[in-house]
Amino acid sequence: MKIDVKKIIKLEWLVEKISYTSFSVVFLSLEGLGKTFEMTREAIRNIFKGVISSKDTVTQMVEVGWNSLPIILLTSFFMGMVLALQVGSATSNMFNEPVYVGIITGFAMVIELGPVLTAVIVTGRVGAAITAEIGTMKVTEQLDALYTLGTDPIKYLVVPRFLACFFMLPILTVISNIVGVYGGMVFSTNTWMLSSNAFWDEVLDFMTIRTFLHGFIKSFVFALIVVIVACHKGLNAENGAEGVGKATTSSVMTSMVFILIADYFLTAFLITLRIK
Amino acid sequence: MIKVDNIHKRFGVKTVLNGVSFEVCSGETLVIIGSSGAGKSILLKNIIGLIKPDSGFIDVDGVNITNCSLEELYETRKKIGYVFQESALFDSLNVFENVAFGLKNLTSLSKNEIKQRTKQCFAMVGLENVEHLNPSRLSGGMKKRVGLARAIAYQPEYILYDEPTTGLDPIMSDIINNLILNLKKYLHVTSIVVTHDMNSAYKIADRIMMLCGGNIIFNGTSDEVRNTKNKYVKQFIEGSSMGSMHSDRIFEMGKRRI
Repeated sequence: MKIDVKKIIKLEWLVEKISYTSFSVVFLSLEGLGKTFEMTREAIRNIFKGVISSKDTVTQMVEVGWNSLPIILLTSFFMGMVLALQVGSATSNMFNEPVYVGIITGFAMVIELGPVLTAVIVTGRVGAAITAEIGTMKVTEQLDALYTLGTDPIKYLVVPRFLACFFMLPILTVISNIVGVYGGMVFSTNTWMLSSNAFWDEVLDFMTIRTFLHGFIKSFVFALIVVIVACHKGLNAENGAEGVGKATTSSVMTSMVFILIADYFLTAFLITLRIK
Repeated sequence: MIKVDNIHKRFGVKTVLNGVSFEVCSGETLVIIGSSGAGKSILLKNIIGLIKPDSGFIDVDGVNITNCSLEELYETRKKIGYVFQESALFDSLNVFENVAFGLKNLTSLSKNEIKQRTKQCFAMVGLENVEHLNPSRLSGGMKKRVGLARAIAYQPEYILYDEPTTGLDPIMSDIINNLILNLKKYLHVTSIVVTHDMNSAYKIADRIMMLCGGNIIFNGTSDEVRNTKNKYVKQFIEGSSMGSMHSDRIFEMGKRRI
């Protein structure tokens, strides 16, 4: 049998290349995971030690909470309206009249769409800004300057953003829930001719504190995902303006993917705990 | 005293520092020269602990920077000022806040004392009425001077300058040179200056060291530099494109193309 040496060498080269690439991908992923864990641990340690700049934290809270409010109000209102429209339209086809509009709109907003929609909007608005700001500081040596001036970037940059996101995103979620349900009510009273009292009765009769907690608990986890991913991507940005752009895109995409994946597992977990 | 012993640093396949060793005594001004990409800035960043060397150690006043606790590292950094090549001013703070940043974090000065100190620093670097401006509104030279003011504000014992006169006009360069000399004369500051500006090097240096190919190829006084027979140093100080360093670079570029 004739052995084709060239083919074997090529195959060996290919195997070597694939193994090296796979090893690099795994190594870099683990390294990134380690760095993220280290950053989060350091931020939490600083918070528990009380090493918090109240001025910077309040500034970040205004940025995350107050400045995100208009877009949250607008999108939540329309989300509530479109839900009422879809539910009313679908139930009209089945029962010749719109039924369960209040219940379904309320439940959908409070347990699912409110938290997820708010987290996604905060990711796009705040997460991207955090990554771009910290990333720019990294590539222009401002982070190095912080170190030389005796300041830990985690304490100075990450902790205020961490606290701002962790406390403001749940508050935005609650506002989103209320405005979304209100949007559904406005639409239902005008289009489906439901009375506002009947709508609110429908919403509140079937909703318990556990229903509210279901979405509220999720929003804390989503806040952690947004801020940890955004800060990590910013602190590890490289290669100038292009690198900052890539880090920002990666930050937004990673956060959104993690939010949607975490949403499934959290929902399953909370339902198991009967928080629903 | 700063002692650098057998420092090695690689980035991927490129060896940037290949066994660099030297000492800087208290009150001395050491100037490091070398072509672009020779590893001068990397060496400075190793000394302040921003980059960790692959091997070797750096001793600053008895603390091994390469293998100390985070607390020791922060304490040692308080003794060192760093002037960045591109200034690295904080965009989110105005000029006053930039200069006062180190004073707020590293000293226990009152607000009034911080104001006074920053005013002195602005006067030393020849800046007036810029305190309220954002760094983005400053020219390159002004940014450089604010960076310098920020580094000297908390009166460190050591100052590391990464190309302090690059981008400045000759008069301002001379002002900065005089400032470095005055800091040494009156405050006994120990300085390590990385520069390409030979006029500046001759004026401020107690000792000049040349870095080439990751190694120190020359270490001597200004006069010894002027009279050296070393072909690399000679070519560098004469600023000639023809010579050993040039052919090395062409060779490197050729290798990259291959």
